[in-house]
Amino acid sequence: MRPQTLDIEVPSNARAITRNVELAEAEEHAEAGQTTPLGFWIYLMSDCILFSALFATYAVLRNAVAGGPTGAQLFHLPYVLIETLCLLVSSITYGMVMLALKVQKRRAVLGWLMITAVLGACFITMEVREFAHMIGEGAGPDRSAFLSSFFTLVGTHGLHVTAGLIWMLVMMIQVARTGLTSTNASRLLCLSLFWHFLDIVWIGVFSVVYLMRVIV
Amino acid sequence: MFGKLSLDAIPYQQPIIMGAAAFMGLVAVSVIAALTYFRKWKWLWTEWLTSVDHKKIGVMYIILALVMLLRGFSDAIMMRTQLAIASAGSAGYLPPEHYDQIFTAHGVIMIFFMAMPFMIGLLNLVVPLQIGARDVAFPFLNSLSFWLTAAGFALINLSLVVGEFARTGWLAYPPLSELQYSPGVGVDYYIWSLQVSGVGTTLAGVNFIATILRNRAPGMTLMKMPIFTWTALCSNIMIVAAFPILTVALALLALDRYLGMHFFTNALGGNQMMYVNLIWAWGHPEVYILVLPAFGIFSEIISTFSGKRLFGYATMVYATMAIALGAFITWLHHFFTMGSGADVNAFFGITTMIIAIPTGVKVFNWLFTMYRGRVRFSTPTLWTLGFMVTFVIGGMTGVLMAVPPADFVLHNSLFLVAHFHNVLIGGVVFGYLAGLSYWFPKIFGFKLNEKLGKWAFWCWLIGFYIAFVPLYMLGLMGVTRRVNHFDNPVWHAYFVAAAIGAFVILCGILFEVAQLIVSIKQRESNRDLTGDPWGGRTLEWSVSSPPPFYNFAVIPEVQTRDAFWEMKKIGPPRASRYRPIHMPRNTATGVIIGAFSFALGFGLIWHIWWMALVGLLGIVISLITHSFNQHREYFVPAVDIARIERLRSPALIQQV
Amino acid sequence: MRLMTNNTPEISSNRRMRTLACTMLKLLPVAGAVLLGGCDWAVLDAKGQIGMEERSIIATATWLMLIIVVPVIAMIGAFAWKYRASNARAKYMPDWDYSHSIAVLMVLVPTAIVACLSVIAWRTSHTLDPYRPLSSDVKPITIEVVALDWKWLFIYPDQQLATVNEIAFPTDVPVHFRITSASVMNSFFIPQLGGQIYAMSGMQTQLRLIANQEGTFDGISANYSGGGFSDMKFKAIATTKDGFDEWTHRVKGSAQLLDAVAYGALAKPSEKHGVEYFSMVDKELFNQILSSPGRDPASLSTAGKKLLALEE
Repeated sequence: MRPQTLDIEVPSNARAITRNVELAEAEEHAEAGQTTPLGFWIYLMSDCILFSALFATYAVLRNAVAGGPTGAQLFHLPYVLIETLCLLVSSITYGMVMLALKVQKRRAVLGWLMITAVLGACFITMEVREFAHMIGEGAGPDRSAFLSSFFTLVGTHGLHVTAGLIWMLVMMIQVARTGLTSTNASRLLCLSLFWHFLDIVWIGVFSVVYLMRVIV
Repeated sequence: MFGKLSLDAIPYQQPIIMGAAAFMGLVAVSVIAALTYFRKWKWLWTEWLTSVDHKKIGVMYIILALVMLLRGFSDAIMMRTQLAIASAGSAGYLPPEHYDQIFTAHGVIMIFFMAMPFMIGLLNLVVPLQIGARDVAFPFLNSLSFWLTAAGFALINLSLVVGEFARTGWLAYPPLSELQYSPGVGVDYYIWSLQVSGVGTTLAGVNFIATILRNRAPGMTLMKMPIFTWTALCSNIMIVAAFPILTVALALLALDRYLGMHFFTNALGGNQMMYVNLIWAWGHPEVYILVLPAFGIFSEIISTFSGKRLFGYATMVYATMAIALGAFITWLHHFFTMGSGADVNAFFGITTMIIAIPTGVKVFNWLFTMYRGRVRFSTPTLWTLGFMVTFVIGGMTGVLMAVPPADFVLHNSLFLVAHFHNVLIGGVVFGYLAGLSYWFPKIFGFKLNEKLGKWAFWCWLIGFYIAFVPLYMLGLMGVTRRVNHFDNPVWHAYFVAAAIGAFVILCGILFEVAQLIVSIKQRESNRDLTGDPWGGRTLEWSVSSPPPFYNFAVIPEVQTRDAFWEMKKIGPPRASRYRPIHMPRNTATGVIIGAFSFALGFGLIWHIWWMALVGLLGIVISLITHSFNQHREYFVPAVDIARIERLRSPALIQQV
Repeated sequence: MRLMTNNTPEISSNRRMRTLACTMLKLLPVAGAVLLGGCDWAVLDAKGQIGMEERSIIATATWLMLIIVVPVIAMIGAFAWKYRASNARAKYMPDWDYSHSIAVLMVLVPTAIVACLSVIAWRTSHTLDPYRPLSSDVKPITIEVVALDWKWLFIYPDQQLATVNEIAFPTDVPVHFRITSASVMNSFFIPQLGGQIYAMSGMQTQLRLIANQEGTFDGISANYSGGGFSDMKFKAIATTKDGFDEWTHRVKGSAQLLDAVAYGALAKPSEKHGVEYFSMVDKELFNQILSSPGRDPASLSTAGKKLLALEE
């Protein structure tokens, strides 16, 4: 809360005070720039545990098909491969975002963000289509415990990716408006952590859910 | 339009609930009237609701916790009274479906809306001051966490008046909590109030870890931190690791109930054992999350009031870490009787017992802190001594039940109920009440009335034993929990004794209410003018009571553990120039997101889908809008700091 | 820093505390006698071998822990008293905060006790595993248990009879329970005979008990299961061999049969359900219930078909 202003004489070193403020401000920002990613990492670890619990649930319920369709019957690996490539390539393109950020090229940053978002949107679209198809065939999440855990694990990942896409959109607006400020740089860094994290989770999903169902 | 909601949702025919609702309404109306009469709405908004100051947020958390203590305790008194009457063959005065909601609400309220907010409130008040920081790492996130908790608080309180609460026990095991067996809105109130406040708690965990790791004063290495900060760090790491599991368990239950999924249903492959595992994989760490800061509080108090360094600081730290880690590998001891097999049961029994070792280390450290000290019997000290005796007994009964075959006959009995109240009341409640009386002068600038505090303590201590020793005995007689009437006349005397004990505890609570009122009235004569009313050892005592909003005019340089004690020995530091201080602005975003979260929860509970959607969109849009706000901070000029510091009482200036 | 002087109000409050503590200590034995006298402590008063072993574990573990708990509590009182601020004669060492020998002891002593308890825990978890058959020459009696809302259904597959809320068995004969639930989670528990185990839909748990004395023992559900939970009680009668034969005869004399219709009616929620006897039951009923979790009980038609054949 701001303290009330008092009638005090402005000292003659007013200019020194202003400079002090600027110096202090720069220092504070540098420090905050380190704390925000740390905080984000910690949040990401909690998200990791969240996915672990979902994986554990999937592992326990993976054979509870209740006489209904199994993974081997439902999953189309080539389709999932394309989905996966979209996501993996989008991680690479986000890497390009960070490289462009490093050399302070605003338009490159925006461009690579756009490409990443498009790839992410492809991933989501394909996933939604897959879900809709399965539900249409009577293999929705209410058919069996196996399907409930499949839809929830894969769907939670998809929701995270969607949130990431919204975030990306907001970042594009903010970078376009105010440029590559330290705040925006810090946020782009956090988004990069998030995006790569989701990529890693997807590799887990792809292996444990799709590959192991079809191959094993 | 309004989903399942209609005027029928208000339980007009239940006089007890209507009475409680009337009382709540009266309190709410009085508060609103007072605020209007004294024209304090703007003050409330700018000074408190939109504040991002950790001290204010801490106070709000504790007020919320104390209000819920009253509600949770009313549940307890109602249960004890019911059983005292209904153990001689009569049906008692509470309809069974009401009783079943009461024991569920009692557990949920005490853990989620009394103990957790109380803890986070104390962390907020004390940790930044103890580490020589100006605020937490993410002040806006702090405000957001509080308002999410407040939204959960609003939902669970509303459940009393509009609709019903869950009738499942505080952990809502399926299949009982599934739609088939609990078709009403009760379980939905449970799920959403916990999910919303759970997100707040997880974010608070992130915040405090970052704060403790990054915001410490220069020179304060980890092994020079105050012990309370250490326990806070370990506890918050546990929060970040455990709460996502709760989020998943509740989410899966919600998916079963809302989208017809089959995680835990009886049919189509659901597995109720999975829920039990998930919920206790969260639930066991949760109780250690609650008790570790209480241990930290006792360490601070016993050291200060013995006028002596904490014995075995390093072993205390390692013991805390051991407990924090070990807490994650014991969860199965909550369901030895589920039939997991001898090897699995034995493994978890042994891990549970191993945790008693670092806990024992702590007890010995407290003992030897007193040894060759000068122990002053203030109210905080009494709480600490009462805790030490009580917790040791509670721990003993816990280790007893950790032997699986012993648990086979004691599981879910009143022996179990007595055990966990033993450690929760003796450990957590005593700890937080001790912390409240210890740090109250720092936050509010005056001490609490000692005499009334001591009366409150004795009532709590004696009342606890009178209430729960009979329950230990009843458990050994084969009596199980959550039953609302008995017809064995032999047990009647024990239930009456337990009810008497509850009333003695009630006296303790009344003494504390009286203590607050009297202390506020007597505040001028109890002013803390020096900032150091107890002869403290850590940095929070180096600032005025209450502290200035920026905490420290100059961030102290720390050389040793017990930094303030050393500062007092070597004299005040050389006066240095004041530099402008960077402070975060207040923001309404936390309040707004809290309100939208409430709408989301309420809409989901009553199937008012448009309301839920509005709530969700509101949260997202508020967050995005907030992110566009570039003017979140301001600077306090050095001249203003100088003026505030000059206005501190002369006694304080002499101190440091 | 302020030091407490001898003229503080601390002294009179200390004296008061001392008197209070003494009074409480004097009252303890009185309270103990009043409470312990004339009571029936089911868990400690076990009537069967399993229960007796479980009780002795409780006793052993308690005594082991008291070795450390009693001295600790005594030390709490002693240290707080001896080193109270008003006692100027006590040594004051404000900076003494570590001792290697104390640190070693405070880890070793609890570790030793925990080690003993761990050995006990490992051994007894195996010997008292509810799934483990009891060592006995006598052939066990099998009772199948189904938790319903809010009563217990018992099926004797070998004797082909069924009861609600009452079982009987001869003393010194192992009883083998196979347990499931047709609704929510319950816990099958006869406190005087031994430990409990959960009853869960779609899953079978097992319990082995034995009664070494005659008597009628209370049985309960130890896991809250909804509105009628408080009255979900049954009686377990341990009798002589003749007594058991007589009981079986009585049940067989009942006019009720547990066919599909009867089971469908029984499975409907009811509270304070009395005792019922069924003279005939399909041997496969329990397995049917077990393998069809969540299904409407009225649709268990196989039981009905077989029973129709049995009637004639």
